[in-house]
Amino acid sequence: MMRFLLLFSRQGKLRLQKWFTPIPEREKKKIIRDMTTMVLARQPRSCNFLHWKDLKIIYKRYASLYFCLAIENQENELLALEVIHRYVELLDKYFGNVCELDIIFNFEKAYFILDEFLLGGEIQETSKQIVNRCIESSDMLQEYYCEGETDFPGTWRKYHGGVYEQTCILTCGLKGIEITAGEEYRSRMYCI
Amino acid sequence: MSPSVPLQEMIRAIRSARTQCEERGVIQRECAAIRAQFRQADNGGRSHNLAKLLYVHMLGYPAHFGQMECVRMIASPRYSEKRVGYLGAMMLLDEKQDASLLITNSIKNDLSHSNQYVQSLALCTLACMGSAEMCRDLAPEIDRLLRASNSYIKKKAALCAVHIVRKVHELGELFAPAARSLLAEKNHGVLHGAVVLITELCERNPETLERFRKTVPDLVQIMKGLVISGYSPEHDVAGVSDPFLQVRILRLLRILGRNNEAASDAMNDLLAQVATNTDSTKTVGNAVLYETVLTVLDIKSESGLRVLAVNILGRFLLNNDRNIRYIAMTSLQRIVGTDHNAVQRHRGTIVDCLKDQDASVKRRALELSLALVSATNIRSMMKELLLFLSSCPLELRSQAASGIFNAAERYAPSQRWHIDTILHVLTTAGGDVRDETVPNLIQLITNTSELHCYTVHKLYRALLSDISQQSLVQVACWCIGEYGDLLLRGECQETEPVQVTEDDVLDALETVLQSHMSAPATRGFALTATMKLSTRITDNVDRIRSIVSIYGSCIDVELQQRAVEYNALFKKYDHMRAAVLERMPVIEKNSPGHTNGESTREAVKEVQPAKVKQAETLLPQQPANQVCDLLDLLGGSEEPLQSNPAVGSTVPVLPISTSSTAGGDLLDLLGGLEPTPLTPAPTVTVYEKSGVTLTLSREKQSDSGLTVTLTASNSTDSDISSFTLQAAVPKVNLKMRIRISYTSQGSAFQDTVQVDSFPEH
Repeated sequence: MMRFLLLFSRQGKLRLQKWFTPIPEREKKKIIRDMTTMVLARQPRSCNFLHWKDLKIIYKRYASLYFCLAIENQENELLALEVIHRYVELLDKYFGNVCELDIIFNFEKAYFILDEFLLGGEIQETSKQIVNRCIESSDMLQEYYCEGETDFPGTWRKYHGGVYEQTCILTCGLKGIEITAGEEYRSRMYCI
Repeated sequence: MSPSVPLQEMIRAIRSARTQCEERGVIQRECAAIRAQFRQADNGGRSHNLAKLLYVHMLGYPAHFGQMECVRMIASPRYSEKRVGYLGAMMLLDEKQDASLLITNSIKNDLSHSNQYVQSLALCTLACMGSAEMCRDLAPEIDRLLRASNSYIKKKAALCAVHIVRKVHELGELFAPAARSLLAEKNHGVLHGAVVLITELCERNPETLERFRKTVPDLVQIMKGLVISGYSPEHDVAGVSDPFLQVRILRLLRILGRNNEAASDAMNDLLAQVATNTDSTKTVGNAVLYETVLTVLDIKSESGLRVLAVNILGRFLLNNDRNIRYIAMTSLQRIVGTDHNAVQRHRGTIVDCLKDQDASVKRRALELSLALVSATNIRSMMKELLLFLSSCPLELRSQAASGIFNAAERYAPSQRWHIDTILHVLTTAGGDVRDETVPNLIQLITNTSELHCYTVHKLYRALLSDISQQSLVQVACWCIGEYGDLLLRGECQETEPVQVTEDDVLDALETVLQSHMSAPATRGFALTATMKLSTRITDNVDRIRSIVSIYGSCIDVELQQRAVEYNALFKKYDHMRAAVLERMPVIEKNSPGHTNGESTREAVKEVQPAKVKQAETLLPQQPANQVCDLLDLLGGSEEPLQSNPAVGSTVPVLPISTSSTAGGDLLDLLGGLEPTPLTPAPTVTVYEKSGVTLTLSREKQSDSGLTVTLTASNSTDSDISSFTLQAAVPKVNLKMRIRISYTSQGSAFQDTVQVDSFPEH
């Protein structure tokens, strides 16, 4: 089982933390400090595996972000590297050429994607496409919810076709969906 | 009250703060606004506010006031609010908080929601932070979802069940049937979840493990499908089809096949297939191969398959990727005990890894190299290990030094090699060795009398070149003190002769005494050595006397005490000086596991009978051993006692309890003690013939037993060999019958004698 996943920058600033076991707040802070110190001290071309207490720490650097995953002793380290890589691919697919700023400004999305990929310290879904589809559907569910609907989107709105674009205040160029004013339309939800 | 800004604006504001103080100001303002918003009634921006709070929390600021808001938002009918509410719950709440109980009801409701994404939120939160009560409460619901829902929900329910089982072990029974049926699913996500659940159940409960052994054929079938089937774009990773699922299935097979012949047989073919067919050019293929190797080595696989597995590890060792080399060595470490020969074949590569740049790889290579040292390869391995020691990183030095010492002690081909090796370690890494090294080395040196000359010359040379390594300096000082006469004599067969004058030696010792690098203990050694030399040298005794008197006023109390005592020895007890400072007797070896090539038997130079008596008197003080001592008298004496031919006419002493471990330890413990003279107990001579004398003396009597010392002595000119003594005592009445047999001057003798009365105390 995985114990925790941390993302932090080269300066040691935390960008994402996911804990798979209950740990008191003080201890979480200590662990974060230990991890950042240990990982940032590593030489560029060293082994990606470390030992810390009774856990194995797998870390990998992608551009300016360090991904640090702690697994129990009986887990497969090489597979943990693949898990990190898969998560990066999912982020990349979602944000389109993901960079650290995407994760800073849309941290809740990063969490949602993680929650579709890993669950309770184990891998939840092994197919990239399915995870992506689920995220997109959940997003659409969130975006399309309208005031006044008493029953939760049981009536599905169908998509009429049109331009996908959104004027948004985000600076990371996320592609969104435009609601053409005045026109009633429906959208189709992905059903897995 | 400042208007609340959207999330991204706040993030930008925080990031543009130039100082910590400015950042804190921004955050405090935002938190105040958020708190105000929370107090207001329902408004549209609730999810944004909570998201802002979560961001602030991630930066490390307190956010506990958001906990109730999370609870409220989870209960909201809007999906956007639920989503952020559940995220907040997972980040801010954990099972120890009271607020977490409040969301149990919401989770329960959402688990039966009509929309699967809402269900998934509840499942995710339950698996992340569900407490034991929550788990017990909701377990039936999870079981229902495991059986009847779509695959999206099933896979999440399976992992939820895993979490529940981890929290509340007894509920494992509840999920076992559903888990079994899930193996028939086609969806990979559900299959993966099912395999994880079954693994968890089997690891916790051996009976469940037995039941699930029947699934081995199904699992083998699934794996075959993954390995052989054509390209499946949905699950393919660099040519391997769904490696995550493959690795999980292999792990489950490992657990099911452990210690079970039938199950192991059923998976043999599959494992061979995976091992040969998996593409090993990318990490993902190697991950699968690695898991396969671990499985093969853990189950009862046939030998061909084991060889294949070890060969795969051998290939990993040659891989360019450091990670792969690292895990190869970790795995080899695990099997070096059981498949030692197979691992030995790769010794060369492992030793090469000692020179790797990476510290983790070096550490693994060191551990593995130390495990691979054996009597046959000790010389070459030690060369490599010593080379490693001179260049290894600091954190590995003490481990390397102690490993080298252990290996040298176990497999040293000769005494001289052993001493050389230890000296080499002390010169390179003297600061990192354990404290026992100095006495151990001294003990070793005293035991090899033929190398005293060589050793003292070598140590003297080492002392001249470097006095910073404390352990080395201490040993060197001790040896120079003890064997200074050999050093001054000059010639030595083992090394080139070098002329050493008494002044040189005293200069060296004085340098140690005066150097600021010397630790107090080291200076103590040097002072004592200087003193000892006063009996071994002839010309410069005055110089020694002056050195000693100078230190009589040293600030260091220990040195001062020594100096004053030595001074007194010069002034008032000069007639005793030679006797006090003469060569020390050989120190007996206490440490276990000593299988040095040459003799371990101490050359018994002078064993005073009083010393043995001292040992015997302590034995009766252990009441439990009272009767044993007598029996051991019989038992121990039945072992043949070999007189040491090298030592001429010594007194072979019969150890009273050679077989009793407690008594034996006592003897060893007393080995190093100074024998205190005891009034000799009354003895009686029980046998005297042809120069062989047997005397009995009675030591102490207590309620349940009697201790008797038997001494045998040989007063002839020639040696006696194969001396055997047997003694028997009846249960009542103190009598003894003794039979002895020995060989003297080529002829064998045997005799029996009866002892009817023992000397009174």
